[in-house]
Amino acid sequence: MSAANDIPAVRVWQLVKRFGDHTVLHGVDLEVRPGETMVIMGGSGCGKTTLLKHMIGLLSPDAGSVELFGSRLDELDEDGLDALRRRFGVLFQGGALLTSLTVAENVALALEEHTDLDAETIDIIVRIKLEQVGLREAAGRMPSELSGGMRKRVGLARALALDPEILFYDEPSAGLDPVTTAEIDELIAGLTRKLGVTSVVVTHVMESAFRIADRMAMLDAGRMLKIAPRADFEAIRDGEPTGDEQADLIRQFLRGDAEGPMSARRTLDGYEQDIMRAAEGG
Amino acid sequence: MASTHRRNAVEFLGAKLLGGLRWAGGLSLLGRETLRWAGRGVVHRRARLRRGTLSAQMVRVGVRSLGVVFVVQSFIGAILALQMAAPLAQWGQESQIPRIVGAAGFRMLGPIITAVVLSGFAGASIAAELGTMVVAEEVEALEVMALNPVRFLVLPRVLATFIMMILLTVIADLILAFGGYAAAWAALGPDVYRGYWDRMRDQLAYMDFFTGLIQGGVFGLLIGLIACFEGLGVRGGAQGVGRATTLTVVYSIVAIGAAALVCTMIFYAFGL
Repeated sequence: MSAANDIPAVRVWQLVKRFGDHTVLHGVDLEVRPGETMVIMGGSGCGKTTLLKHMIGLLSPDAGSVELFGSRLDELDEDGLDALRRRFGVLFQGGALLTSLTVAENVALALEEHTDLDAETIDIIVRIKLEQVGLREAAGRMPSELSGGMRKRVGLARALALDPEILFYDEPSAGLDPVTTAEIDELIAGLTRKLGVTSVVVTHVMESAFRIADRMAMLDAGRMLKIAPRADFEAIRDGEPTGDEQADLIRQFLRGDAEGPMSARRTLDGYEQDIMRAAEGG
Repeated sequence: MASTHRRNAVEFLGAKLLGGLRWAGGLSLLGRETLRWAGRGVVHRRARLRRGTLSAQMVRVGVRSLGVVFVVQSFIGAILALQMAAPLAQWGQESQIPRIVGAAGFRMLGPIITAVVLSGFAGASIAAELGTMVVAEEVEALEVMALNPVRFLVLPRVLATFIMMILLTVIADLILAFGGYAAAWAALGPDVYRGYWDRMRDQLAYMDFFTGLIQGGVFGLLIGLIACFEGLGVRGGAQGVGRATTLTVVYSIVAIGAAALVCTMIFYAFGL
């Protein structure tokens, strides 16, 4: 293994984030190795999107740090951060295409702004990127004419435009039917294989997670419960309840069971809050 | 009881004042950022506006508002002429109506009414557009592509409202003067409309025209900045977008009034 490969692609260290009085992340640690696909899982509101937004520099931590390719994001100035941002791509939940531009213009945007390539070369690259996501024929269409799955594909082509070293995916299968979900998963896995990019995927869809992950991380209520290879999580999913609360909680989440430590906690929490609210007279 | 009421009132006013200061602070920061990117665009080729963005915004802001400006300003000119007729008739001075239409129109009513129209027309649509982009994560997508939203979204829109407000003010002045002429011709008799243009030209100095244009430019900057500030500040989905749109119109009109007062005071102090 070369020296460059020893530096993690992403390193999150003791990350704390508060919104007002509410602490969303309680000192989260995570390392993503170059070339691997890391899936971050967790229920709604567990803080996984907040974690992702820290990794791509949209939020800054209250404590702890985030490093990409060995550079701490909070120590970079605007130009430094922009230079780093050209080395990774992000696929947003709804694709986040600019609705005033065509599909091809969306994909071409970063190339036009950040490179000195002439229009013809950019046009060729755009076709290649759209072909990679299977949408070359949609180049001239507007985002509003596309289906949800197509929009995500275009978002992915746009994220690929500058040949990124890391790709971040925010809920790539949210709002898609099972077949389209499987197709997108296939695409993600294929890109990782063919291009050798590092992928960080945030999702709560377990079929997807197990299809694409090398390693998986389970986030719960702002704390990192477990980071392990996919096989370990498969063993927990397929095994019997152990009586260990943490393992059973992960097992419940992976299996999507209605009963388990996770739902027991939820009903208890709600009950206490209701009582407190009644006591305060609200 | 009375003292708690008083304290509540003080707290209420204090909170309003703080909120107002925070808003004005945020707006000036956005203004400074916009100016910085405008400066960078002049120096660096890389930071320049994309081809076609400014003209697209100018069409959307200005050309589309033209019809409404045309209708409203011709009404204002006619109203001004008709309202002045009665008081001036007492002194037998109806022939002076074009002087009043010219002075009031070019200095204030031309720019200010146009600005109110533009804040409802272009300001609201800019706020709604940027707000929707925030909700759809398009603004975040720009940021992670290392494309600064101020340069990419705010600068062309503010430049467009600035330039188009000045151009629309010129048109508004002319239409307003024509509105006054039409009213005079239709209702006030030959004493007023014969020699209308000569008397108006006699009354007006270049400064009347230019102070109006300066104010038009100031109003245009304010409308663009407020609309972008409210639009980019949207939180919480469709409801937030609706709120930003309304607030843009309300705050723009208040800001236009305040800026008109400040401009008038400055012009007065310097004898312009």
